[in-house]
Amino acid sequence: MAYEPPVTDYDEIVENGTCAFCGCNCDDLDFLVKDGHVVGVRHACRLGASKVMEDMDQRLMVPMIRDENGELQEVDWDTALDKAAELIAGAVRPIFYGWSETSIETMKHGIRLGELVGAVLDNQATICHGPSLQAVQNAGYPIATLGEVKNRADMIIYSGSNPMNSHPRHLARYSTFPRGWFRKRGRFDRTLVTMDPKYSDTAKMSDIWVGFEQNGDYGFYNAIRAAVKGKEIDQDYVSGIPKEDIMELAEAMKNVQFGALFFGLGLTHTLSKQRNIDMAIEMLVDLNEHAKWILTPMRGHFNVNGFNIFMAYECGFPYGVDYCRGYQRYMNGETNTIDLLTRKECDVFMVIAADPGAHYPGGAVKHLAEIPVIQVDIHWGPSTEIADVVLPGSFIGVECAGTSYRMDGVPIYMKKAVDKPETCRDDEWIIRELHERVQKIKAEEAAAASK
Amino acid sequence: MMEYILKNGIVYDPANNIAGEKKDVMFKDGKIVENVSSDAKVLDVTDKIVMPAGIDPHAHVAGPKLVVGRIYRPEDSRKGVVSPNEVCRPESGFSIPSCPATGYRYSRMGYGTVTEAAMPPLEAKHTHEEIMAIPNIDITPLPLFGNNWFVMQYAKEGQIDELAAFISAWLKITKGYGIKIVNPCGTEAWGWGGNVHGIDDPAPYFDVTGREVIRALSQANEMLGLPHSIHVHPNDLGHPGNFPTTVNTLDCVKDIEKNSSVRNQTIHLTHAQFHSYAGTSWRDVESGAEQVADYINKNKHVTCDIGQITLDETTTMTADGPMEFDLHQLNGLKWANKDIELETGSGIVPFIYSGKAPVPSFQWGVGLELFLRIKDPWQVCLTTDHPNAGPFIRYPRIISWLMSAERRQEMMDNLEVRVWSYKRTGLGTLDREYDFNEIATITRAAAAKIYGYQDRGELTPGYNADIAVYDLNPNDIDPSKEPAAIEQAFGNAMYTIKDGQILVKDGEVVKVVPSHTLWTNVQGFEEQEKAVMEKVMPTFRRFYTVKFENYQVQDHFTPNPLITTVQASK
Repeated sequence: MAYEPPVTDYDEIVENGTCAFCGCNCDDLDFLVKDGHVVGVRHACRLGASKVMEDMDQRLMVPMIRDENGELQEVDWDTALDKAAELIAGAVRPIFYGWSETSIETMKHGIRLGELVGAVLDNQATICHGPSLQAVQNAGYPIATLGEVKNRADMIIYSGSNPMNSHPRHLARYSTFPRGWFRKRGRFDRTLVTMDPKYSDTAKMSDIWVGFEQNGDYGFYNAIRAAVKGKEIDQDYVSGIPKEDIMELAEAMKNVQFGALFFGLGLTHTLSKQRNIDMAIEMLVDLNEHAKWILTPMRGHFNVNGFNIFMAYECGFPYGVDYCRGYQRYMNGETNTIDLLTRKECDVFMVIAADPGAHYPGGAVKHLAEIPVIQVDIHWGPSTEIADVVLPGSFIGVECAGTSYRMDGVPIYMKKAVDKPETCRDDEWIIRELHERVQKIKAEEAAAASK
Repeated sequence: MMEYILKNGIVYDPANNIAGEKKDVMFKDGKIVENVSSDAKVLDVTDKIVMPAGIDPHAHVAGPKLVVGRIYRPEDSRKGVVSPNEVCRPESGFSIPSCPATGYRYSRMGYGTVTEAAMPPLEAKHTHEEIMAIPNIDITPLPLFGNNWFVMQYAKEGQIDELAAFISAWLKITKGYGIKIVNPCGTEAWGWGGNVHGIDDPAPYFDVTGREVIRALSQANEMLGLPHSIHVHPNDLGHPGNFPTTVNTLDCVKDIEKNSSVRNQTIHLTHAQFHSYAGTSWRDVESGAEQVADYINKNKHVTCDIGQITLDETTTMTADGPMEFDLHQLNGLKWANKDIELETGSGIVPFIYSGKAPVPSFQWGVGLELFLRIKDPWQVCLTTDHPNAGPFIRYPRIISWLMSAERRQEMMDNLEVRVWSYKRTGLGTLDREYDFNEIATITRAAAAKIYGYQDRGELTPGYNADIAVYDLNPNDIDPSKEPAAIEQAFGNAMYTIKDGQILVKDGEVVKVVPSHTLWTNVQGFEEQEKAVMEKVMPTFRRFYTVKFENYQVQDHFTPNPLITTVQASK
């Protein structure tokens, strides 16, 4: 990697900014600002810095509507919002999907709009940590804030997760490296374990790598549980790991002072899905009879946890909430976005700060291509290619302030560093406008019907 | 704004010694007044009960552990689902209702104010976010201090001045109202999977005891002259044989002088029921209610709320993390935990308080025994420690139990509760029945006094027009004989009026208004606060995982604050 000289040409520094990349929500960033643009970022990892700095790349700048030839044409804001409101008001089974890269303040308007038109509100958990949330509902949720790990933990486990690539500052700022109150020597006072079939970058720097077989998670954790409970393991190898190694690891896990298990989609999305996490949680509960252990899902987007928290306090359920009957319903496999799309139930789809075009299974995207799609986002992406109305939003934490929730549930108010492009609007404003316009259409319809 | 006369109601206003007097209550521009003009709108409440709006001094309604409860118990959110109407948004939940449902349900019971009794400072923003989502009821959040690392160190070193400055600063930072202490030093021990046993068992590493922490915080509280006293959840919650710990906890601040004219007590004991057990194990457990009530009867520096078991399935949640893990070990239901760096912890476990089981029956008996043995109703408040001993929507049912010895006896006779309810407690020997005036005291006037509220809890001119009207004629009903009618009436207010606005009519929410957040701003301590912040910051920067700028609660998280300004006095 070539040496890059530090940025010295800037007008001002905005301190204590929050990173709008992953669920770490690192809030110690210094934005170097010149001419209203972020030209450099201090303290961020490369993922966070590149997101913040190169933000104008592929940026959606103006509202657009797809014309009869299938081309997106620039329009003014009123036209675009009216068109979107008309689609939403006329929908029978709308879905409002995304939200994980926008603010809680935006979601507040979103849920009111969802209640008004009987929409399904869902977020990225439906395709990422949804099984983890289901496991939490099955088995429990022993979590702690990241500072507990930093100050106390003497054993850190990453399972099915490669934070060196996906959450690059996680080890440095929260878990493995920092010097904590009770871990004065930082890394030297901790044992780092990676449990992953892949010899990942995180595994390379771990003290112990447990490379169990693909889809071997369930069996492996089951064996650890048995060992923790003092039971005999009757196979020589479990999930490709020798029995003796499992016994030894279980013993080590029982004898720590404070252990923290972080798990990612590598655990959530292997063959046994949420049952893996069930087993990991149960293992952890068993370990708590011997030592203090907590676990935390490695959430991806900076506010993906925020949507789950927001929906839970507003309506009692974390994601995939269906308002079609006026009140909230939640049933995995029934009211989640992918199910509704593959059953071709949805007739209008609004995506906010997410890119289903890039991530959904083919069948779901196929249906999206057949129905009106409204996109509220800041970047051009696969979803823009299937969008019928495009509403350019603003970048939370850089161009616009807003509340988000870190992977451990700590709320952070992400402040604004620079102004948004003049032609864009705040997400919060866009959704509020849509709500007001849909309310007006509904009121007119009601008045006409009563005549 | 409109002027109103509530005409011919039968008024219970304990703060003004009005007990069942037929009179008019008038209000204008949101406040109670002595006179109104002839334009005033008349609400005919002839022979109906009129009281100040209810005040709940201890519940868990907003914040991180509530949301963990909601996320991990969809089975609870599937109960209590109500369709929206023109006024209300949809509701859900039984023991952990959604935020909108929380506001509507308190409103329907004639309540106007509730205390969120455990706010972790690091996640105070979350608590305030939820408060914003709860309509119709003002909320008083209490930040947790009992296991805070700074507090434990100040307590150990006896630096009360600095501790007071720290508290004063942290109330501003978190927008909190008073000092909450939960299992002092025990929750810190839970950071290592342990607990403390009693008030004199030190926390690991910090080597400071619950007694030292409680005394130091009490001294700091009085030094600042805060409107509310320290609010204490003692050690050993729920353990047979814990009543001496409770009495010692109350006694350990007896010599500390009160420094506030707006309240009478220096310590508030919370959910006393869980702290009043004798015996040595669940085999030989006995009620310790008599001993705890006896101490309270003899000591005016103590107030308490009960935490009455309601015999429901509920979701227990408390900053007493080790207790919740014990509870999980006991009932095997799914365990959630949420520890907060440098500050506190918490646990969440579903629980079924079944009248068919001995222990919940015993706990039910202990709670009622406390209610009936504590003589002065100004020293006791009605709570369920929502949702720990049961959901707050059961308050009307508890009122019906308190007003009817016959109903209590019937429950014991019919085995609605098991024999431990009277064999292991003194409940069977108590035939006291609360009257409406005592009910008004334990559900509003006493709570207002305990919190030092100067604007609510009584129908005094100049106070907020927070009023509840219940569809009962006290001259016409014998509560002892008609508990179902009592429960029905107290659960469905004829009117709930808040700040002069009619929010509930005939048990239905007819108007939704934003809630207020009550917090305490200490003045005259700025220099000391500045000095203590300078000392605290290096530690803060090294050991928290957020920057201080992102730790504090910005003003927009409390869009409708009601700030109690206190002049710190030495």
